[in-house]
Amino acid sequence: MRFGEMWRSFRRWPRGQRIGAAGLVLVLLAGVAVAVAALRDPAPRTEDVRIAVADGPARDQRVTIDATIYVPAGVDAGHRAPAVLVAHGFGGSKADVAADATELAKRGYVVLAYSARGFGASTGRIALDSPDYEVADARQLVDWLAARPEVQLDRPGDPRVGVTGGSYGGALSLLLAGYDQRIDAIAPLITWNDLGRAFFPNAATPNAAAPNAATPSSAAGAAPTDGVFKRLWAGLLFSAGGAARPASVGPGSSGSPGTAGGPPDPCGQLAVQLCREYQQTARTGRPTRALLALLRRSSPASVLDRIHAPTLLVQGQTDSLFPLSEADLNARGIAANGTPVKVVWYAGGHDGSGELAETDRLRDLVAAWFGHYLAGGPDPGTRFEYTRISPPRASDSSAPRTRTVIAPEHPTQPQHALVPLAGPAQTVLNPPGGNPAAISSLPGLGDVPALALSGLGTDLPGQAAAFESRPLNAAVAVVGSSTVDIVVASSGSEAVLFGKLYDVDIAGRAELPRRLVAPFRVTGLRPGVPRTVTVTLPGIVHRFDAGHRLRLVLATTDQAYAGPTDPAAYQVSLAAGTALAAPLVPGTPKPTGASPVWWLAVGLLVVAAAALAGGQLTRRLRPRGAVASRPELAGVPLVVEDLVKAYRGGLVAVDQVSFRVEHGQVCGLLGPNGAGKTTTLRVLMGLVHPTSGLVRVFGQVVTPGAAVLARVGAFVEGPGFLPHLSGLDNLTLYWRATGRPLAEARLDDVLAVAGLGDAVHRRVRTYSHGMRQRLAIAQAMLGMPDLLVLDEPTNGLDPPQIRAMREVLRRYVAPQGAAPGAAVRGEGATGRTVLVSSHLLAEVEQTCTHVVVMNHGRLVAAGPVPDLVGAGRLEDAFLQLLEQPSSSDDHRVMVAGGDQQATETR
Amino acid sequence: MIVGGRTALPLRVEALRQLRRRRTAFALGFLVLLPFILVGAFALAGPSNSQPGQTDLVDLATSGAVNFTIFTVFASAGFLLVVIVALFCGDTVASEASWSSLRYLLAAPVPRGWLLRQKLVVALGYSALSLVLLPGVALGAGLAFYGWQPVHTPLGDSYPAGEGLARVGLVMAYLAVWMLLVGSLAFWLSTVTDTPLGAVGGAVGLVIVSNILDAITALGSLREVLPTHYQFAWTDALGIPVQYDAMAKGCVGALAYSAVFLVLAWRHFASKDIVS
Repeated sequence: MRFGEMWRSFRRWPRGQRIGAAGLVLVLLAGVAVAVAALRDPAPRTEDVRIAVADGPARDQRVTIDATIYVPAGVDAGHRAPAVLVAHGFGGSKADVAADATELAKRGYVVLAYSARGFGASTGRIALDSPDYEVADARQLVDWLAARPEVQLDRPGDPRVGVTGGSYGGALSLLLAGYDQRIDAIAPLITWNDLGRAFFPNAATPNAAAPNAATPSSAAGAAPTDGVFKRLWAGLLFSAGGAARPASVGPGSSGSPGTAGGPPDPCGQLAVQLCREYQQTARTGRPTRALLALLRRSSPASVLDRIHAPTLLVQGQTDSLFPLSEADLNARGIAANGTPVKVVWYAGGHDGSGELAETDRLRDLVAAWFGHYLAGGPDPGTRFEYTRISPPRASDSSAPRTRTVIAPEHPTQPQHALVPLAGPAQTVLNPPGGNPAAISSLPGLGDVPALALSGLGTDLPGQAAAFESRPLNAAVAVVGSSTVDIVVASSGSEAVLFGKLYDVDIAGRAELPRRLVAPFRVTGLRPGVPRTVTVTLPGIVHRFDAGHRLRLVLATTDQAYAGPTDPAAYQVSLAAGTALAAPLVPGTPKPTGASPVWWLAVGLLVVAAAALAGGQLTRRLRPRGAVASRPELAGVPLVVEDLVKAYRGGLVAVDQVSFRVEHGQVCGLLGPNGAGKTTTLRVLMGLVHPTSGLVRVFGQVVTPGAAVLARVGAFVEGPGFLPHLSGLDNLTLYWRATGRPLAEARLDDVLAVAGLGDAVHRRVRTYSHGMRQRLAIAQAMLGMPDLLVLDEPTNGLDPPQIRAMREVLRRYVAPQGAAPGAAVRGEGATGRTVLVSSHLLAEVEQTCTHVVVMNHGRLVAAGPVPDLVGAGRLEDAFLQLLEQPSSSDDHRVMVAGGDQQATETR
Repeated sequence: MIVGGRTALPLRVEALRQLRRRRTAFALGFLVLLPFILVGAFALAGPSNSQPGQTDLVDLATSGAVNFTIFTVFASAGFLLVVIVALFCGDTVASEASWSSLRYLLAAPVPRGWLLRQKLVVALGYSALSLVLLPGVALGAGLAFYGWQPVHTPLGDSYPAGEGLARVGLVMAYLAVWMLLVGSLAFWLSTVTDTPLGAVGGAVGLVIVSNILDAITALGSLREVLPTHYQFAWTDALGIPVQYDAMAKGCVGALAYSAVFLVLAWRHFASKDIVS
């Protein structure tokens, strides 16, 4: 449809509809404009910078740090803003934190994101957050920020600055805050407390002391010298640091690998001494003293007492590299100074990704923390938060899986639930070469469900001892590290075991929460002599449901750790009279957004709008201006007043037709095909809405479902029956559908008209066309209506039936007891009326008393049959009428004689 | 003798007109037969060969009467019940149009709005009957063949059978509200088209399209607006504890959509020229 036609059809709409459509379009456009404006945030200005720093113990090594500064819109020398230093994780660069930096800049901070030495485009070698190297670099970055005109200053040379970062960057935040008192707030994420203990964990302490008087997940400080080497993670990180850098490195960098054609350097970007110590450790599986000293220097544990910047500690629940205990130890050390500390445990971690990463929540937490301590915003408090993780829901795949729970504080003395375990003493074997080793998790894949790994040997036979509890009476929601006392005897002088706490459901399936294990080494044993140790299991947030069992498994091997290669046998059992102590930290869940109440409001709004729309539109359909009833026409069966029916596209089926059918007439409606007869009859039945004009039956205007139609019986355009019911059932149910009592139906008379005999009991789908036709006429006559409308009643009938029909129609209009034909002669005014439309002009001539002729939608003639026909035949008169050009001003109208009222000219 | 429109087309009459149709008998008959077909299939299948520790609704289906009922509902809620509800609601007006009996019914006179109301009520009645028939017969078959056992869920929880029965009632109540959406859509299409196949097929087709769009996870939270997003929210009623939020959202969404479709149906039918 071309635009011109669309415009013309639009112009033809009623005015109210036009205004409504235009208004709707305007509202939509306004909505789109508002949405576009709201979504466009002013982006911060970014600038790449190269900052020269000097580090090393003598501050003589020159290194260039590659950084990007993000300045928010509206911040300049006149309007200064606090600064945030963002550090990245191991193996990354400033590009990894670009999104976080942009988010912080949008909230109004000047952000400096940089690549640490040895990473990205920065020169130098990786020294693992050493105070002489990376921390010294960071202090000079703070100096650089103090010199920037956009940065707010507390004192000359002391900018208002916060530091944040994840993992490697988190430890940098803590160390920087310990070495540089200018730092005003820090937000370290998923980072370590003691790097030695992180890579050489030892979960057993010799004395079976009372359950810990410490934070929910704190490892009692077992010495890292006896720890079990976390070799998979160490190897991964070593490779990340050792990846050779592309050859385009600027001059002045120290130790760029492979430039002068020398032998390839296996250390890559790692600092030489660190690399050598690591290689030694990787060979033996036991740490060298020099390595432990290096790691200790790089650990916040050495400077916790000097940190006075308020600290937000976020740790991951799905993290086998730096578990929850690292954050708890940091928190204890920093809080001991009186510094405000907030501890948050979240669902992700080094092993968690996707939805568990809770990126938005972390950004909000960090922003709120800096908002208060750097910019004077509301106080976020120091309540302890952790996350409950639920398995994915089949019913609603987009439902969030994580739920934040807020406890009043990070408890130093949590309550414990004591769950007794039972099981015999068992012997487990450490295989020669440590092979095969059980797989508990793969780094970075901590969220893989147990089903996927079940085929990979999580607990190998002969290597694992299991101790189970009874089915729980009530659910136990563990928050933190559980402890249990066990007795170990070894065939050698030491024992290395891995403690795992499984959740066993009613069906017997075991799940290892977050796939975390607690490795421990007991040294100084004599062969065969048992020793009691307290094992601290990994920190978890997990709910053991009622009916589930807790299963403690002690295994001899784990793929991710370096166990002893010499074969050994250990005998393990539970210490008598002790139970597993599980810490509980009750809290209140944080309400999630988009509650059902909001939905209910929207739903009600939609329903209300729909009801309103429905009500408004149905009101439009009643004819306007017409008087519903004209009592003076109550005796006239049919009055058609100026009926017009025009269809879209220009076709006018009925054009200003007006005629009357008086009481007692058998009126024939004649016209060629397409004259508008059927349309007129459909308007009469209330099936078609006229464009203008109306039809009155016994004085009442006909609308769809008008009550006066009860006095009309119609047969138009063929029969319509339910094929699965018998003829009698069709008639009966049709009559009952009118709501009138069955006695009024005159069923016997009607069936006599149909003349079907026993066939009325057969299903209609077995009827022939003629039988259906007769039954349909019978249906029209149900109740003997005062106005009977028939369209081609003789279609498909054989000559005897046609004759019978003729008699039926004649008798129909005659009053009771009067002779047939009395009405034709105008005697008596009681009885019924028939309107017949037919092409069989001979029949019409014999049956009808009056005729109405239509052509091209217009009335051509109307009047008694004798007047129209004159001396000849109806057929000739009819064809002659059709040949005349019809115009609205010149209707050949027959003036009727006798009692009939005159039809008027238009 | 003019009778008020309110007594036209009584519900009994309309129900009788629909009852003796072949498709009514087939649909309801199939729902009665389905649980016994499943029992036969399980009997033929023998012990399940799924891995130990990996249970599914299918494996649990033979463990008790209520488990069997839950499995039957689960197997049929996705497509079969949708088709049956669309069939009852979508073919009621369109089939009258295709038989040419609609015009006589309207000229009886039955007011248009009243006709729609009565037909919708009867169609929903048959739909509700099918929603009751299926779990009822499944429960009976389950009782006969598997006994009255506690309910086990795939997640490992279990609760007594009486409580399970109450939860199944909750599930069917939710399905009744949700199926209203499908029925309303089919009913509206039934007033638009003259062929019953077009109405029923169109409704089922739109449900399928909505399911396909729901599988595109990249749409994120936009999927919550799709009508079939909460089609399986009733599974929340079977876990421990019962979570109502998804079901509540599903009900609200279904009612909102139903209101829109029904208004469209009424409006279209009221202003339409009946030419069938």
